[in-house]
Order: sequence, then C-alpha cells, then structure tokens
Amino acid sequence: MPETSPLIQAIFGRLTFESIPLHEPILIGTFAVVALGGMALLYLLYRYRLWGYLWREWFTTVDHKKIGIMYMVLGIIMLLRGFADAIMMRIQQSIAFNGSEGYLNAHHYDQIFTAHGVIMIFFVAMPLVTGLMNYIVPLQIGARDVSFPFLNNFSFWMTAGGAVVVMMSLFIGEFAQTGWLAYPPLSGISYSPGVGVDYYIWALQVAGVGTTLSGINLLVTIVKMRAPGMTMMKMPVFTWTSLCTNVLIVATFPVLTAVLVLLSLDRYVGTNFFTNDLGGNPMMYVNLIWIWGHPEVYILILPAFGIFSEVVSTFSGKRLFGYTSMVYATVVITILSYLVWLHHFFTMGSGASVNSFFGITTMIISIPTGAKIFNWLFTMYRGRIRFELPMMWTVAFMLTFVIGGMTGVLLAVPPADFVLHNSLFLVAHFHNVIIGGVLFGLFAGINYWWPKAFGFKLDTFWGTLSFWFWVVGFWVAFTPLYVLGLMGVTRRLRTFEDPSLQIWFIIAGIGAFIIALGIATFIIQMAVSIWRREALREHTGDPWNGRTLEWATSSPPPVYNFAFTPVIHDNDAWSDMKKRGYKRPLEGFRAIHMPSNTGTGVFLSALSVACAFGLIWYMWWLAALSFLGIITVAIAHTFNYQRDFYIPANEVVRTEDARSQLMNGGR
Amino acid sequence: MTAAIQQAQNTEDLVFYVRDEEHHAEGSSTALGFWIYLMSDCLIFAILFAIYGVLGGNYAAGPGPQDLFDLELVAINTAMLLFSSITYGFAMLAAEKNRQGATLAWLAVTGLFGLAFLGIELFEFHHLIEMGATPQRSAFLSSFFVLVGTHGLHVTFGIIWLVTLMAQVKMRGLIPANRRRLMCLSMFWHFLDVIWIGVFTFVYLMGMLR
Amino acid sequence: MSTHADAAHNNPVTSAEQHVEGHAEAVHEEGQAHGSMRSYLTGFLLSVVLTAIPFWLVMTGTLSTQLTAVIVVGMAVVQIVVHMVFFLHMDPRSEEGWNIMALGFTLIVVVIVLSGSLWVMYHLNSNMMPDMEMSQLLQ
Repeated sequence: MPETSPLIQAIFGRLTFESIPLHEPILIGTFAVVALGGMALLYLLYRYRLWGYLWREWFTTVDHKKIGIMYMVLGIIMLLRGFADAIMMRIQQSIAFNGSEGYLNAHHYDQIFTAHGVIMIFFVAMPLVTGLMNYIVPLQIGARDVSFPFLNNFSFWMTAGGAVVVMMSLFIGEFAQTGWLAYPPLSGISYSPGVGVDYYIWALQVAGVGTTLSGINLLVTIVKMRAPGMTMMKMPVFTWTSLCTNVLIVATFPVLTAVLVLLSLDRYVGTNFFTNDLGGNPMMYVNLIWIWGHPEVYILILPAFGIFSEVVSTFSGKRLFGYTSMVYATVVITILSYLVWLHHFFTMGSGASVNSFFGITTMIISIPTGAKIFNWLFTMYRGRIRFELPMMWTVAFMLTFVIGGMTGVLLAVPPADFVLHNSLFLVAHFHNVIIGGVLFGLFAGINYWWPKAFGFKLDTFWGTLSFWFWVVGFWVAFTPLYVLGLMGVTRRLRTFEDPSLQIWFIIAGIGAFIIALGIATFIIQMAVSIWRREALREHTGDPWNGRTLEWATSSPPPVYNFAFTPVIHDNDAWSDMKKRGYKRPLEGFRAIHMPSNTGTGVFLSALSVACAFGLIWYMWWLAALSFLGIITVAIAHTFNYQRDFYIPANEVVRTEDARSQLMNGGR
Repeated sequence: MTAAIQQAQNTEDLVFYVRDEEHHAEGSSTALGFWIYLMSDCLIFAILFAIYGVLGGNYAAGPGPQDLFDLELVAINTAMLLFSSITYGFAMLAAEKNRQGATLAWLAVTGLFGLAFLGIELFEFHHLIEMGATPQRSAFLSSFFVLVGTHGLHVTFGIIWLVTLMAQVKMRGLIPANRRRLMCLSMFWHFLDVIWIGVFTFVYLMGMLR
Repeated sequence: MSTHADAAHNNPVTSAEQHVEGHAEAVHEEGQAHGSMRSYLTGFLLSVVLTAIPFWLVMTGTLSTQLTAVIVVGMAVVQIVVHMVFFLHMDPRSEEGWNIMALGFTLIVVVIVLSGSLWVMYHLNSNMMPDMEMSQLLQ
C-alpha cells in the first residue's frame, strides 16, 4: 500500500480495510448471523447475570469434569463450522459441471477445504477426544482430579485460543489455501504471501501447546493417581487406550511444533529449510510432518477403541473378551504407529526398498487392529446384548470401520497407491475410518457417559433418528467417492470437465445433507433431553449396570469424585464391588483436599491469541507486548503458593446425605 | 482402621475404600511430569538434529563448517556449560543440607556461567553473520542457527527461571514447593547439557571432520 | 504407587492399611534420587575427560578422520550416559521405573525419527536427483 503512512503501518502491520472480506456475500452473511447470535447470547448472559457464574464456576475451574465438558462444547461448536465447510464443498462439486464455475471462487473454495480438514482434526476430533478422556479417566482410576489441575485449565484455554484464531480468519483476512498440512513450497512465502498460512501456523501452535500439556497431564495422572489396588493390568481399557494416546501426544506433538516453527522461520525470517533455493528441501517438510501426522490418527482412534471396549462389555453384560490381548494390541499399535509414516507419500520417489518397508509395516499394523475387532465380536458372542444407543453406534462402527480399514490396507500396497494416491478414493478411505471410527466412537461415548455427567439419560427417539441419519448419510456420501476415486478423480478439485461424473457428486451431496440431518437431530436430542430431564433422570449413578469405577459415584459426580478413595481388587472394579456386596459408606466423612480455581489460564490464552494475531498481521508491537505479558503472567503465577483448599467434612456429609436421600427416594 | 473394613456378604473381608485422605500428596507427580515434558522437548531437538542431518551438507556454494567454526571458542563454551552443571549440583547439595545462603550463592554462580555461555554464543553468531554466513545463506546455515539457537533459547529461559526461583527461595526459604522447583530446574539444566553434547559432537566436531 | 497397588492385591486388608500409614515416607522415596558430592564430582571429571579427548583429537588431527569420527561419536554416547547417571540421577528404580521407561520410549522414537528421515531422504535424493553429488548427504 503506497498511500499508507509508516505510522499506520507500524500500528496495523498488514491489516487494512481490504482485509475484511466485504466482497464475499457468503462470508458477510455468516458474519451477520454470528454477530447477531453472539450479541443475543451476550445479552442473555447479561440479562440473567450469568457472567459471574460462568467465570467462577466454569472458565476458571480446575475441575477435570467441567474442563472435560468445556472441551466437548468446543468440539461440538467447531463441528458445526467444519461441517458447514463440508457441505459447501459438496454443493460446489455437485454443480460445477458443464462449464459452470459453481458458486465458490477458487480463492474461497481452497480456503474451505483447508479449513475443513484443519478444523475437523484439530478443533473437533481432538477436543472431543480430550474432553472425554478428561472427564472419564480420573473417575475410572478413582482419582480426585488430574495430576496438574491448573495445567488442565490452561490446556483447555490454549486449545480454545487456537480455535479462536481459526475463526478470526473467517472475518479478518483469509485462511490458508494449501490443504490441511500446508505443504511447502506452496505454503512458503513466495507462493502464499498472504496471512492465510500464518493463521494456520499460529492457530496450530497455540492449540498445540494445550494439546501437549494436556497429554503430559493425563499421562502422569494415569501413571501416578490410580487408586490403590489398580495395577496396570487392572486398568479399564478406556484408561489404557487413553494412556497410549497421551504417550503418542507427548511424543508427536513436539514434532509438529518443531516443523511449524521451521516453516514459520522460512516465512518470517527467510531461512531455507523448505524452499527450493539455497539447499532447502520441501520434501523434508512432508517427511517430518507425517512423522507427526500418522501417530495423530492413532491419537484419535485409540480412545475410540477404548470407548467401544467399555460399551461392548457393558451392554453385553460380560467381561471384555481378551483383555490382555486388547492391552497388548493397543501398545503394539502405539509403537508401530511410528513406523508407517511414509505410506502417506509413497509417490514422492524414495524407491522400492523404502516403499516396501513402509508398505509392510502398514499392513502389519492392521493385525492388532483386527485382533481388537475379534475381541469385541467375541465379547458380544453369547452375551445378553442390550441395543441401547451406545451399543448401536458400536455395531455401526464395527461394520463401517472394517471396510475403511480394508481400503486402508489396499492403499498400503505401494503399486496400488501410485494409482489411488491423492484421489477421492483416499478421501473416502480416511473419512471411512475417521467418521466410522472416531466419530461413531465419540457418539457412543457421548450417549454412554452423558448420564454420568448430567444425571439424566439422553433421549432415545432423537438419538436413534440421529444414529440412522449419520450411518445412512455416511454411506450415501462416501461410497460415491470410492467409485470416483477408482475412476481417477483427484481430490480438492473445484470444477469438472466430464459430465458423466456429476451424478456421483450429486449422490454424495445428498449424503452430506442426510448427515446434516444427523447433526441437527443430535442437537435436538440434547435439547430435548435437557428439556425433559426430570423424566429422564436417574438417581443410582449407574444407569447401564456399568462395570468400571466411574459408575460407583453419583451422577453427576461430586466435585471430589469419591468421598473415600476406592480400593480395587479386580478388573471391572465396579462390577466386582457390586458382586461382592459393596455398601456405600454413609458416615465418617473427612475434609477433602482440593485444588483452587484460577483465572491464569484464561489470561495466558488470551495473551497468546493476541500474540498470534500480532504475528499474523505483522503488528510487531502487539506480538512483543503480549509475549512479554505471557512471560509476566506466567512468572507471577509461580509466586502464588496458595493453590488448594479443603472441602470441610460437614459439606461432604451434606453432599453424601443428599445422594442417599435421592437414592432412597428415587426407588 | 478396622472401621474401613466392609463386611462383605461372602466370607471374605474386603476393603473397598480407604478412609484417610491419603495418596497423591501434593507435588508427588511433579518430578515425573517434568521429566515427561523434557522427553517431549527432546523430540523437538530430535527434529532439529534430523533437519541438520539431512540439510547440513547443503552449503549452496556458501561457507561450510570448516570455514566458519572456531573450535577453541566452542571448547570454552562447552566448559562454561559443564561448570554450570556442576555448580548447579552443588546448589542442590546445599539445598539438601538446608543451607539457604549456599544454595543461593551456587545458583548465582550457575546463572553467571549460563550467561557466559550465552554471551559467547551470541558473539559467535554475531561473528558469523558479519562474515555473511547468515541463517538465510544456505540450508546448512539455516539448520545450524536454528539448532544451536534453540538450545540457546532454552538456556535463556533457564536463566530467567533461575532468577525467578532465587527470588522465591529468598522470599519463602527452602520449603517443599521450592525444593520441587529446584529439582525441576536441575533436570532442565542438566538436560540442556546433554543436548549440548549432541550439538558440539554432531555440529561442531563432526562438521570439522567433513 | 503401583508396588503398593500390587501388594494391595495380594493381601487387600493389611496392605491397604500399610498403604495409608506408609505413605508419608513413600512420597519422599518415590521422587528423584539425590546425588552426593562424590557422584557429582565423578560425573564432572568423567565429562571433562570425555569432552577434552574428542576436542583434542579433532583440533590436532592426530588420528585418521574416520577413526576420529568413531571415537568422537562413541565418547559423546558415553558422556550422555554419564550425565544421565551422575547429573540427572537416572535410576531404573526411580518413579517405579517410569522415568527410565519414558526415556527408553523417547530414545526409540528419536532413533526412528533420525534414522528414518536420513534413510528416506537419502533414497529420495538419489532417486529423484541422480545428477547431484550425493556423497555430501550422509557423511
């Protein structure tokens, strides 16, 4: 901008009025809706004086249960955004034929497919998985909270901060147009000079801090906080898979952090890591980012495997078949997940020896996964299966995931991959495993643990409806993509030449609309359940005749989870306790030591978002100031030594007596 | 404790819960948690070493290690870091004996050695950049500056932490919380020394042998 | 913690009580092992020797390049172990072995990342850029 004065430029950096996308009617419409909705929400919060309540009870909380719920809320909100991107792509692809350009220009369309991938992985799947782990793991191991409660709050806010950065790109500037992994040289400064890639980098860096710290936190929690008697081989399977997932998080997210730092140095400082000049090598980026990227998909799927294990054994009324093999399969997958990354770029040209090695390791990893499927099947065999919603999701998962897994093995064959690489077949495959595995798992988990978190079950009518919309919608949406991929259609295309392909895209679009119904009915399911909560209420704390410790306490659990720390004697601890005639302790309660709330996490995250914004727009003063702010707040926090308090014994007595009355009255 | 024993319906006597507020005493997880953080940090360095391993030979017709590195300087620098490690050890030993003054003194000495290390490193960087060997010059120099610089940033952060901790020990004495923090910083500091072994071996010494 | 837990399995009643009573001391024992003056000094002297020799070898060029390289890398590995033992007090028993397990897992991942990247990129370069001088890559 030649006309902008140096002062304005020093203050606003690259940010000008042209950065606001006023020329995009879709974005303006979205902005209007978001702004109106946001203002309505703010007004309601003000009207009902909820600010103080939200701040005291939720934003500053260090209670793992509330943080878990906040993660879930974040994930569900971002699901709506990510899905909006998906359906826009589907519409574009089903009308952009016969010379039609569709309704999205290339600049907008490229942002949409990038944002869809980034949001769905980092801000939908990750928060939902982390949220469930946060909520359930401490309960399953009989702990009062996680090992580092403040860190937990901070981690959540960093994840939310990353989501805020992504959402800002919608209305201020643009998002990356590079695909969800931002390969250079396309993502380098010479081909992507705008702010899009910078938004991408800093959103992931801010959220990545949260993810890594929450990984460390949950890992240490599982190692150190288990109730007496719970040896490693007596841990519930969900806790086991969470342990492995967090090991993977701790051992892979630093890779992502480092790679993105290198990419940003290329963009900001002019170094030559991934450029085409002066010895840089863009392929090294592809290599490194997949060292993170492949374990990442196991980070997402392992907790889902854990959920299915819990659900299958609960609703079959049996112990999980092959617990030990399940644990070993999980551990083997954890280690093998580091040995397969090259299958994402067989076509890069590392040659036959390298490709064969990674092809074979990829096929090997399907063995422990297959073992798991058989374990679930054998658990169901001769069980008294109750087809409640979680179980329905689990069965749908088994059918869907096996097919997704098999197309994966197909892609693992390097010569086949040369044909299918970058095609819609690949897109269909990974949606097949991520929707059919992770998302179905999350829905199973949400339906299964909702009564634990809120004290009433989810409505089954809307739940069943949502289930069928999702399952049918998934197959209608993605089967055509398998077909198209086999015909050689590559991914990320905006317009098409061959009119004979159109029908497949229209079918896929119809599928996407059925999925939209699935999401709508899921939200209605929650709303209806909250509305009818008194009818759906249950007082026992154990609505499904559960098997693991989380069902031993009330629903929702008290702040301190367990009045007395449980002692574990066998696998499926709660089942074992019920069998052996456990009686709830009614007196002798003591004061309970708990961590105190703090707003530091919120402040640190807000400063990080400001710092990211400054870096994205070259507002160096803002970046520097907020970075200094981060350091200052962090140091100031370490001077606070009063981080805990005691819940007085009489309060514990009151809480536990209230539960006794409910349990007696509820009968 | 007999009160804690539940009478089970079958003949076994089983404890289903413990009454006393017990395990997970405050801070019992800190050491492990910090160690795992260090492991994740280790992986960041692993990536930087991998980048250096792959791109370190790409001089792009620019200067290579033999044109640039001054081993005597690196040797002095290594000595600084090694001294700071042993003085931190002395600080820990003093803390164990509850000698607050000695602890603070040894921490100060450690910080000074750390500053000396940083000073020498910055001098080296300045010298290289003046010679035209900037991080932008070649992939080799990019990976060199980022690997060594990231280590330097960690040392900088360690010094900030050290100063903060000295203030806290001064204010509150060697209370358990501060002892825990001293131990964490000790792990951090020695960990950086371990990383430096990798740096001087693979970057400087092996670079000179190329 | 899990030794208590194991014991609790074998004899639930008594060990649960022990668990409670023995806990105050247990916390202290479970933490990091502490060094002594002797161990710090041993570590320091070993490190000095293990640093000085490689520097001296490279700076004087007494031995052949290849032999020097082998010795330099070997000494680095030994010195890393020395630091782990004498400065970081790594001990297979500290934290019930979780420390050493975390270290082992990290080392596996580090080895995979380093050797895998070098291997993949070396083959990539030799396949895709056959004209370029490859000898410099895997020195």
